Amino acid sequence: MPTQQFNVNGQAVSVEAPSEMALLWVLRDKLGITGPKYGCGVNVCKACTCLVNGRAVQTCVTKVSSVAGKQVTTIEGLAANGQLHPVQQAWLEMDVPQCGFCQPGQIMAAVDLLKRTRNPSDADIDAIENMCRCGTYGRIRAAIRRAASLMA
Amino acid sequence: MNDDTRSPDGPEAPPATLNRRGLLQWAAATPAATAALGLGAAPATAHALPLPLTPPDTVDLYDVADSITQTAAPTMPLVRLALGADGVYRFDMPRLEQGTGIATALAMMIAEEAGVPLSKVQVSSADAQQELVFNQITGGSSTIRSFAPFIPALVTAARARAGLPPQAGTPRDPAQFKVIGRRTAKLDALDIVTGRKKFTMDLDVPGAVPTMCRMPSQMRGTVLSVNNRPQVLAMPGVLAVEVIPRGGAVVGIPPGVAVMAETFGEAWDACNALDITWGDGPMRGESDASIFAKLRAAIPPLLPAPLGTIAIDAEFTWRAATHCPLEVECAIVDATRPDRAEIWAGMQTPIVAAQSVALELGLLPTQVKAHVIPSGGAFGRRLFWDPVQVAAQISRKTGLVCKLMYHRSDDIRHTRQRPPQVHRVRAAVVPPTLLLPGKVLSYQQSIGAVRLDARHGYGEIGTALGGALPPLVAQTVGNLGYEEFFFKTMVHSPYHFGLSNKLLFPLALDMPTVSYRSVHIQPARTVEEIIVDEIAARLGKDPAAFRLEFLRLPRAKAVLQRVAGAAQWGKAMPPGFAQGVAVHMESRSFSACVVELDARDPARCQVTRVTLAIDVGRPINPSGIEQQCHGGIAEAISLVLKTGLTIRDGLPQETSYNQYTFARMRDFPKQVQVIVMPDLGEPPAGMGEVAMSAPAGAIANAYARATGRKPRHFPLNAQPVFTPVPPGQLPAVPAFT
Repeated sequence: MPTQQFNVNGQAVSVEAPSEMALLWVLRDKLGITGPKYGCGVNVCKACTCLVNGRAVQTCVTKVSSVAGKQVTTIEGLAANGQLHPVQQAWLEMDVPQCGFCQPGQIMAAVDLLKRTRNPSDADIDAIENMCRCGTYGRIRAAIRRAASLMA
Repeated sequence: MNDDTRSPDGPEAPPATLNRRGLLQWAAATPAATAALGLGAAPATAHALPLPLTPPDTVDLYDVADSITQTAAPTMPLVRLALGADGVYRFDMPRLEQGTGIATALAMMIAEEAGVPLSKVQVSSADAQQELVFNQITGGSSTIRSFAPFIPALVTAARARAGLPPQAGTPRDPAQFKVIGRRTAKLDALDIVTGRKKFTMDLDVPGAVPTMCRMPSQMRGTVLSVNNRPQVLAMPGVLAVEVIPRGGAVVGIPPGVAVMAETFGEAWDACNALDITWGDGPMRGESDASIFAKLRAAIPPLLPAPLGTIAIDAEFTWRAATHCPLEVECAIVDATRPDRAEIWAGMQTPIVAAQSVALELGLLPTQVKAHVIPSGGAFGRRLFWDPVQVAAQISRKTGLVCKLMYHRSDDIRHTRQRPPQVHRVRAAVVPPTLLLPGKVLSYQQSIGAVRLDARHGYGEIGTALGGALPPLVAQTVGNLGYEEFFFKTMVHSPYHFGLSNKLLFPLALDMPTVSYRSVHIQPARTVEEIIVDEIAARLGKDPAAFRLEFLRLPRAKAVLQRVAGAAQWGKAMPPGFAQGVAVHMESRSFSACVVELDARDPARCQVTRVTLAIDVGRPINPSGIEQQCHGGIAEAISLVLKTGLTIRDGLPQETSYNQYTFARMRDFPKQVQVIVMPDLGEPPAGMGEVAMSAPAGAIANAYARATGRKPRHFPLNAQPVFTPVPPGQLPAVPAFT
């Protein structure tokens, strides 16, 4: 079985996995990194969203071989040096989560959006497709705005 | 003005004979007004009073959460609350935290009672405790109501065990509360935003093997043969391929073929590679049209409207709905040893889950340990334990610990659904004359719904088996009894509509169903709120003014008055837009909602603004209450406008959120205001399910006002066109990026 080498949350990893395997299963089932969630497997719910080289990707449709040598950031690696990321801070201030299952993906999508635009418009936020069955959308919108101001 | 219409210290109530303009003027003139709480009294109309509700509504006095509270009460002393030497109260909560915030709210109640800060209360999720009997079911919006009366005794007992005297000085006046009533972040918020919160599939149970299934070509179809087992067993990472055994102690074990592999990715690939010959299920040949035809036929004729009255007749259809929690059906079961089993899963009824799995494995109930893992949503779905049954059988057959996860497509197609239903209504209205304003003489609503599986009973084996005799038959006298009891103790009317009745006629189709957030209430009450608007129109009255006149209870009027003011009810709206209003009571909570709807394209309506006032009695955590209201709004948008299941030849066609289009960010209004009514000393009421119906009614009514079309068949918006995943298959692993 081929060895896949990449970097997760600042750590170099080397893992035996078929090249075709989705990154999500390598993270969850081989590396025990469970922040990214399975919700659909077909790039629809976005609960598996992580960052690869700083940009959001859906790990359920990302071949592990495609991240060779790249930096993968999961929710577990977002708080650098024990300091919460401003998006996490805003999430806490706005008390966003209900059940919490989709929230790692929501937070990673928000981090990505704020990297792309410092002051996202309503339309930018509307374009986030991450599913939340509990209905936290209103607070996510408020938390993204709050995070934008924290990061300004 | 009659004194009754003046609150002791608030502004005046709206004039009784409101037209829309009058109400708007009142709302605009009294912005604060809306502090007009408990205004109470019936409007002193100069006209005919509404006819009292006949028979009186017993749900006002006794409802399903009362029944859960009553049955839970005897074992409340066995609930574990301990005070440690470190001054921390540790509460082993015998309920499932599914995202509704009960753990936080109960911790707040304990902290307030004990006189400690919230940081001195820790909450864990109790394993199935069989000695609790009926006191470990999470449902019916009952948790806070069931615990509220017992918190003082639990704290006293915890202190006694720690050698301390009973607590003293616990405030009883809301103004003195230090914890209750303050906006409080969820206890697990930090764990959630850092990815530390562990759901069932995140647990590191030693030896647990990823397992996925292929499920039949029809709901509860059968497996006739697996035609390429050796080839699939030879695939990379695959450890086992097993047909799920038939049978079941309380409810049937879901049929299918399970694959165990080193990773879920390999299990899914192997599932896709299976060549299976499927047999029919009990829903063979049934599609939406045939099901709705049977449901219509199940409803007896309504009584004719009396001479001299106008009959307002209407028929409504609600398609089946799937709970679709983000966390799919899943469970870990270790049944590898002959004399014991251990379960890890999100379970709303863990006691009966463990007991029935014990029966299915030939074990004693005491030989099964069940760990309740906080779940990624549930919405009623996890009142049954289908994945636990499957995982137990597969673990027993293979000798491996089974970590079972459904594919999303099977989570939609092969779990359990809210029953599809037809509602038929006839309201008899005495038309207005020059001298009299008109009134509602009677209101009949008859519901034909596919039978609701309620064989979970009160969460333990006795009441479950009582509902399941004879075994494995979908509709039994026992199940019918539960179903009608739940209906009659949940669904009621806030209005004085004379001779008023709602009746449920369950259709014994063998379709997998289960309670869905608010069970029968949301569809039934949404229908009634639509008819209320149509009656008001017949009587020439403004919808809000009409409701104020006909609402039975002061707290219902108070939330309506509050919301009408805050939302500027009656304001001018641009063409294609409209406001809609609705009022609701459920589980002792009162809510009223005004929405604004953009219906310029009637096939793609968008809710643009929601104002929701809610009276939950004593508000424990206003932040959590607001969250549940947001959830209710998302749910209402989804069920009324956006989505429902399409059943064709015994199988739902939808397989993910791009086909079952539950609301996303772009569907959720940017203006949402939730007004939590202040604590006036009423006991805490239900919350988890109660905030769906007022928004649902308001959206439907706004649709009618904006488009001139009568909302009758839900969902109202155009549905996505898609090519379904073929029956009995899983979606292909998509093209990788």
